[in-house]
This record gives sequence, structure tokens and C-alpha cells, in this order.
Amino acid sequence: MDTDVLARRLRTLVGDHAVITDRQQLRTYECDGLTHYKVVPALVVLAECTAHVAAAVTECARAGIPFVARGSGTGLSGGALPHADGVLIVLSRMRQILEVDRANQRAVVEPGVINLQLSDTTRPEGYYYAPDPSSQQVCSIGGNVAENSGGAHCLKYGFTTNHVTGLEFVTPQGEVVELGGKAPDPTGYDLLGAVVGSEGTLGVATRVTVRLTRTPEDVSTLLAAFASTDQAGAAVSAIIGAGVIPAAIEMMDALAIEAAEAAVHCDYPAGAGAVLIVEIDGPAVDVRHVFAEVERHCREADAFEIRIAQDDAERALFWKGRKSAFAAVGRISPDYIVQDGVIPRTALPEVLRRIADLSTESGVRVANVFHAGDGNLHPLVLFDESKPGEGERAEEVSGAILDLCIEHGGSITGEHGVGSDKAKFMPRMFTDDDLDTMQLVRCAFDPESISNPGKIFPTPRLCGERPGRHQGVHPLAESGVAEVF
Amino acid sequence: MGVVPDALLRACDGHVTEASDDDTVLGMAPRWVASPATTAEVSAVMSAASASGLAVVPRGSGTKLRWGNAPRRLDVVLDTTRLDRLVEHAAGDLILVTGAGRPLATLQEDLAGSAQRLGIDPTRSGTIGGTVATGTSGPMRLRHGAVRDLVIGMTLVRADGVVAKSGGKVVKNVAGYDLAKLLTGSFGTLGVITEVAFRLHPVPGERRWVTVSVDGPDAAQDAVQSLVHSQQVPVAVEVDWDGATGTVAALLEGHAEATEECAATVAQELGDGAHVSGSAPPWWGEDLEREGPRDRGSGRTLVRVTHEIAGAGRLLRATGDLRERCGVLASYRGSPAVGVGCAVLDGEATTVVAAVDHLRATAAALGGAVVVLEAPDAVRDRLDVWGPATALDLMRSVKQRFDPGGVLAPGRFVGGI
Repeated sequence: MDTDVLARRLRTLVGDHAVITDRQQLRTYECDGLTHYKVVPALVVLAECTAHVAAAVTECARAGIPFVARGSGTGLSGGALPHADGVLIVLSRMRQILEVDRANQRAVVEPGVINLQLSDTTRPEGYYYAPDPSSQQVCSIGGNVAENSGGAHCLKYGFTTNHVTGLEFVTPQGEVVELGGKAPDPTGYDLLGAVVGSEGTLGVATRVTVRLTRTPEDVSTLLAAFASTDQAGAAVSAIIGAGVIPAAIEMMDALAIEAAEAAVHCDYPAGAGAVLIVEIDGPAVDVRHVFAEVERHCREADAFEIRIAQDDAERALFWKGRKSAFAAVGRISPDYIVQDGVIPRTALPEVLRRIADLSTESGVRVANVFHAGDGNLHPLVLFDESKPGEGERAEEVSGAILDLCIEHGGSITGEHGVGSDKAKFMPRMFTDDDLDTMQLVRCAFDPESISNPGKIFPTPRLCGERPGRHQGVHPLAESGVAEVF
Repeated sequence: MGVVPDALLRACDGHVTEASDDDTVLGMAPRWVASPATTAEVSAVMSAASASGLAVVPRGSGTKLRWGNAPRRLDVVLDTTRLDRLVEHAAGDLILVTGAGRPLATLQEDLAGSAQRLGIDPTRSGTIGGTVATGTSGPMRLRHGAVRDLVIGMTLVRADGVVAKSGGKVVKNVAGYDLAKLLTGSFGTLGVITEVAFRLHPVPGERRWVTVSVDGPDAAQDAVQSLVHSQQVPVAVEVDWDGATGTVAALLEGHAEATEECAATVAQELGDGAHVSGSAPPWWGEDLEREGPRDRGSGRTLVRVTHEIAGAGRLLRATGDLRERCGVLASYRGSPAVGVGCAVLDGEATTVVAAVDHLRATAAALGGAVVVLEAPDAVRDRLDVWGPATALDLMRSVKQRFDPGGVLAPGRFVGGI
């Protein structure tokens, strides 16, 4: 079916105003937060309700056309990168908070609801939504579900998958199904667990039931400055080793601090080789005792300055430098690559040294920002695209950092997702059999492979033909892109 | 019975025996018991079984083997208890990797003295593999999450013998599909779990229990809601219910010098009659799942109930009502702040079936479900132990992809999967 026919059909189903075919307007959606991948979709549907999503998906399934769901488009792995011949289903108009159910500690929201907006809405009732990606002012809950987003506070509170208890979900055949709800443990396989974090490759979430978390009685935050990342790392080890689970424990190195200063004037201690932000929350009396211990560990690790936030304004200032770090490196470098590798926390000093070596050897600058408590690194690899060869060198360093993570038993992505960007690295972390087994799930949900194809898996698996469906060789197999298993 | 096939013998270095009556799974007798000691041997057993079309039920120590449906057919029990190696305890990283056949109790001993714990309560019986395959956890689930939230990596063997891994050894990891979530609670129908990586938690400096007696469902509801919304954040909230009255208890953990005060605050919030103790109530964590009717001649039926948190009081009322309504005595123990628990139903088979129906209607109205875990055959024969499930077509599709030949525990799961 050509795009014009599909557009006509969709207009009758979802309304004229909700279907975009104008090339200029389509370009608005050509990328997500990973801006160096760009693909203009054939058609955009601005869905306003579940029925719109189901209609769009059903039409795609009927015509064998791929679709990609998109929330706020803030993803950093190209997970919402459109398909050139496909439909982009934009969910940002579905932004109603449908229910806040305090007695059950749940909220029911549409997928386009902004992460922070949910917490802002529930805070007056003493509750908030715990997963807090740095982009929480703009990212959508639906996108968080697709990526299984984390955030600075997931060390203590867990990721999106630990906070979603129910989904209304449109399958790649266009059927609307309910997975879970407000109660735990729906009978049968944990399909919810498979769908959350599947990067839009198993279908589209159209309504999300999430767990709300009680706001802590007290929060204390400190900023500690160290001469080196080694010293800051020793403080982290001491804190974790003492059995403390901080709400968050974040590290930035000198270059990341320099960038943050240039961008948001966060006024971190001058001359620091590393800063740590440590946040403790919980019952007031418990926070008081634990926080005193944390302060002592920082001192014993030779922190040369420790600041304790006296109020929410000062706490916000501490966090401002950290949360703006990605954007801030734009002030010290025209281009940069954000990585998202994970290592066992104890390997931190070794891996940081190896990253420094890589940087020295290649002449490529690397700024380090990371969730120190769980070993999730966000190295920012800096380069200037306008200078010949720099982009390639930065890519090489970036890949070498991921290899370091795998070598230490870690992961190529802790919270940003594989998307388009890291699919090529998957075979370094998983065997063919691992990837083949994962794709059995894909085949169970989406045998025609039309839901966000080309993401996560470097080599798509063909799911075997169903009687009377296709004739001849599958075009992917014919062109050598895919193998038939 | 019959001669052990060569392929099966070769697969696990001769560790195959003819099955005895003790190996029967809900009335279905296997022919052989294979006991592989490594993932590679499990792979070989599954390859051999698949090639010959033999049906396989994986088994740990067998404590939950009477849960679920009887398998439609059964040739080989795959005993995982030789896969009992503690692979790694990386204390600094708070992770642990173990063979699936290691008993949970042994694992808790491994960790004793390390100031770390696995957030599955220590009184649970059985092996790690069985615990994961059935998804059972205890009171600490409120703080640490369910089994699915503690598993960070898994090695599994597919029906066709292919070995696959998902996740890894780091807590934060979104690379690829989370197969471990699908396998957790799948009752051996999707693959044989051979190795599991867990995240661990530090053992806190101090613990206190706050206990209050409740003289009816309304009082229980009030106590649970008070605890649920408390900023002292209990690690666990449990209820023990005899059908009419009971006890609600909360566990507080934290800094050695702070926990007493937190517990006192919670007691104050609960009001008259609440008291703080340094030790757990005698029934704490002693799950009805364990006390359940092991004896096949017992008339008692054990069911697992889920519900919305705010429905705790209504659920307790419904269990009490079973006596008048159906002539069934019901007791209940559970984690009302999570929304799961177990009831033991005592009565004639037909009345127990009516009681399960009534509980199912109540649980459904509270967003939850009732699954019958253990029951006398007279009860089993008269009901669907799993009850209704949504998205069953998707589940069938998953099973079909993972095990097209229906080799792994056929029929054991929801909807006859």
C-alpha cells in the first residue's frame, strides 16, 4: 500500500488534523535525543487516545508497514528513530493523569504524561513517582516504560520496571490487551516484565499504572570535593561498604565540573578533581545518623571541602550542575558522544584509569559523569565534527570504553537503551544463541517484525512463515540482511 | 519403565535412574530421573529429550511440585540439585551468582557473617531454581521487591537444548530483553533455569517489630493503611488472621541508634494496643505455603491471593465469611502492603470449591486473583487451579516460540500451557 492510500485511510479513522504527511512538518520528527541519526518518517499520526493508536497499528499490520512509537523524543539511543517507509505514532497528546489512587499507592496515566508532572501532581498528597531520569522535566512515562529508564535515585528505589504494575498495551496486530493492574503478580507469565524495557519492539503502551512512593520524612544532601576521582571512589566504597544505601551517590570529574560551571554556574568548589553528591533520605532520625556517617567517610577519604545543603534551594543547586552535565559539555566542545556503560562498582578505579589512558593515547578528551553507587558510567567523549578524523577517533574511543565495560563483566547500557545506536555492540555482550532466544519473544509478540524494527538486535530473526501469509523469499533474507533460523 | 536411553545416559555422565513412586508429579509418573551437574549437561539432556520427544519436568528439592496442573505427559524428571555450586559472591558489588540447585537455606548460610542478605526471607524452603521458577518470596518483598526484582542475570536451557543468558552481573542493565522476568514464575514451562545472579542488600544495623491486635477487618484495614502511609517506611507489613480476628505487624530496620525511635513513632501512629518488640511474632515469615497440606490425605487446600493494597480489609472479611457462606474454615497470612497472601481452606471438597469461587470473585473485585497451590485431588478435579488470566493468547504464543514441541512441563501452567 502506498503512503497516500494509508494516509487517506488513517484520516478517516483518526481525523485530518492528526495525520501529518507534509515533508517539512515530518522533519520535526526525524530524530530523538540522539540527533546524529536522522530519518524522516513516511507519515506521522498524532494519537489522542488508545483507539487512535490501535487504528494506526491495525492499518500498519494490515499493510505490512512498520511503525515506531514516540513519546517526548528525548531518548539517547535512537530508540524512537523513525522508519523511512513507516508510520511514526506520536503519543505526546495523550497526557492525562487519569487517576491518583492514594489508598492503593498507584497512579494511572497516559503514556505522554511528563515524568516530573506526575510527581508534581501527587506531591501534595505525600507521594511521588520515584524513577527520575535527568530529562524528567521533558521525558514521558511511555518513553520511560519503553526504555526501562533509571535515574540518579534508582540505586535505592529501582528502575521503571520496578514501578510499573500495569499496562494497557496495543499489540503489533492492533489488539488492545491489559497486562497487570493495581494488584501485583497477574496470573501467568510476567509479560509486563518482558514489555517494560523492550524499546517499543513488542507493541505500544497506551495506559500505564505505576506505583507511587511515599515522600520521605527527611532528605539530606552533601557535596564533597576531592583532589582526584580515586579519592572520591574510595569514599563511595567506604559508604557502600558500611551498608549504607544512599538515595543517590553521583560523581563528576574535573572536565565535567568545568563544563557544568561554564553552563549553569553551579559554583562547585574550585580546584576539585572530582565531586560527589550524596543524598540520604528516609525517616528523619535515621537520616540524621546515617548522614553523619556519610560525612565522616567523605572526610576520611580526604574530601577537602564538604557542603551540606541547608534547604531545598541549595540542594537544587547541587543537583543543577549534575543534571545539566550532558547539555553542559556543549559549552566546552562542539560535539560529543554520551555513553552509558555499566561496570561492577569495585572496578571503578581501574576502569577510570583505563579511560584516562585511552584519552591520553588518542588525544580525545573524555568527561566523566556517573552514578557511582551502581557503576553506571556516562563518559562524554568530546570532539569537533568539523575537524577531519575527529569524529571517527571519538567513535573509536567510545567503542573502546564499552569494550572495557564488557571486559569487566558489565553492560553496554544501564539506562539509555540499545536503540539504533548500540545494536552493533550487542554481539560483544551476548552470544548468537542469547540474541536468538531474546528474539523468540519478539517473534511471539510481533512475528511480522513491524514494531520498531531495526532496534536492539543487529541481525533481525525471521520468525518462520505462517501458512498462507507470504510467498517467495523474505526480502530481508534475499538481500542478505537477515538469516532464516 | 524401560531401559534408559543411551542418549540420556551420555548427556549427564550416567546420572540417570529409573523413576520411583516418589518422583510422581501430581499422579503422573515419569520413567527416568536425570541429574545433570552442569549447564552443558542440562543442555545435553534437553537435546536428547527433544530429539526423542520426551516430556521433561525440571525439579529442585520438590517442595512445590504439587503446585500447578499435573503435566499432560511426563517421561523425565530433570533433577537440578547437583547444580548447586556457589559461583561467586562479590561482596563489594553486592551481587551473588549461584547454581539453580543450591538450597535457599544453604545460600542464606553462605551469606551469614557477610553483613549482606538476599531479600528473599530465610525461612523459605527449596532450591534457588524452584524459588525463581515459582516466584515465591516473603515479608521483605515490601522493601526488596519480588524475586523478579532481585534477579539480575540468568542462564537458562531451552527445550531444544540451546543455552542462553540474559542480564549479567550488574544491577543496572537494560541491554536486550529481560528474559529472566519471563522465566521467573514460569513453572519450568519455558526453559530450565541453571544459574541465577542476584543483587544483595546490606543487613541493617537494627530491627524492631511493631505489633497490634485487630478485632475485625475494619481494624485490620486501618492498621494496614496507617503503616502503608507511614514515613517511617516499614520494611515489611504482615497480617495473621484466624477468620475473625488477628494481628498486624510491621518490621522497622535502619541505623542502630535510630530504629527504636522509628518503631516508637509507628506504634504511636497505630494507636492504642500497639507495642514494640526486639523479636518477631512467632508466626512471622512462617509462611502458610510451608505449613500447607503436605499430607495428601489432608482435607486442607492452600491458595495464593493477590489484591489491591486498599482491599486488605475486604479480603479479610471475605475469608471470615466463608464459614457461614460455605461452611469452610479459612485462615489467612500475608503481606497486605504488597497485596499478596495465602489462605488455608478447611472443609469438604465441594464446599472448598465454592469457597475458592467466592474468594475469586472477591479478589477479582479487588484487582487480584486466586491461584490454588495445593489441594486434595477431590478439590483439584473440580476446579481450574490457575483460574482466569488475561493476555492468554500472548502467553500461548510465547510458549509456542520457546517450546514448539511441548517438551517442557506440558500442561503445568495457566490455561493448560
